[in-house]
Amino acid sequence: MEHAQAHAADVEHQEHPLGVYFRIWVLLFILSGMSYAVDYYHFEGYLRWSLILIFMMLKAGFITAIFMHMWWERMALAAAILLPPLCLLVLIGIMAIEADWTFLMRDVWMGQDITQLPKPPAHMLEH
Amino acid sequence: MADSNSAVTGWDGVVKDWSSDKEAFHGVPWGKAMMWIFLLSDTFIFTTFLTGYMTVRMATTEPWPIPSEVFALTMFGESIPLILIAIMTFVLITSSGTMALAVNYGYRRDKTKTFWLMLATAVLGATFVGMQVFEWSKLISEGVRPWGNPMGAAQFGSAFFMITGFHGLHVSIGVIYLLTVAFKVKLGHYDKKGYEIVEITGLYWHFVDLVWVFIFAFFYLW
Repeated sequence: MEHAQAHAADVEHQEHPLGVYFRIWVLLFILSGMSYAVDYYHFEGYLRWSLILIFMMLKAGFITAIFMHMWWERMALAAAILLPPLCLLVLIGIMAIEADWTFLMRDVWMGQDITQLPKPPAHMLEH
Repeated sequence: MADSNSAVTGWDGVVKDWSSDKEAFHGVPWGKAMMWIFLLSDTFIFTTFLTGYMTVRMATTEPWPIPSEVFALTMFGESIPLILIAIMTFVLITSSGTMALAVNYGYRRDKTKTFWLMLATAVLGATFVGMQVFEWSKLISEGVRPWGNPMGAAQFGSAFFMITGFHGLHVSIGVIYLLTVAFKVKLGHYDKKGYEIVEITGLYWHFVDLVWVFIFAFFYLW
């Protein structure tokens, strides 16, 4: 019993002033409005993509840091949760290379009549 | 001295070992740590879906349907691009706000406010799912299928149904989760245990909003 009480006192509550949440809430609304504006006003090319990514990262960051309280959590927890997803950047990278290659191959070969393609040499057909 | 746990074997031993007093995250309730670990695994699932979508979109030689036009709605006699998705985004952000407030009032042990704020969050979540149902039926009636569509690259449909469907499932489960915890709060089930559960439920809910941020950016805006 004594132990249970000592443990309960150990647990830190994530209690913060309400104003913090209201400010982040308003900020998320503004950022969403701005990302919608990117589409509405037809921004194109690199400007479009960088704006989309900036607004996205800001929104994701504020939700994780403030609404999900990661900002106030202990470093051990934050590191355990936030670092592993970085591996996913490797997956995204290799899949982008793969997709580029697939696109290139399709671009070269698709739409061609395969009966008109040069026949492979006879020794390859034996197997 | 021998560990008192070692006397217990089999599945009881497994439970005993995993629930014994060892902790890495000091001051973090175990339920919260477990929720974070679940959300980490969910991050991998959603990133894998989005990466799959990136791969098929980059690799296709057919033109990708323009989301801005596909998801446009005619309102007040005018075609407004992406308007439904924008409203859905705002609904979800609003629900994140009410959830954050619910967590705060939970720790203040204000059961009535916590209950109503969680209920509002659940209603907003259900509204989001309702709008998604509308969006799906509109696209299906326009001939969008997982294997093809009249607007362009066939992969558009499979990526769309897979990603928004899995997200919608998360929202639906979240609504049930929210309602369950909200009513348990109202009934006073957490008076002794403490109100960490509201924060844990909140983590799940904010995560659903977080995933939508990425879907909105990569699927609808890109």
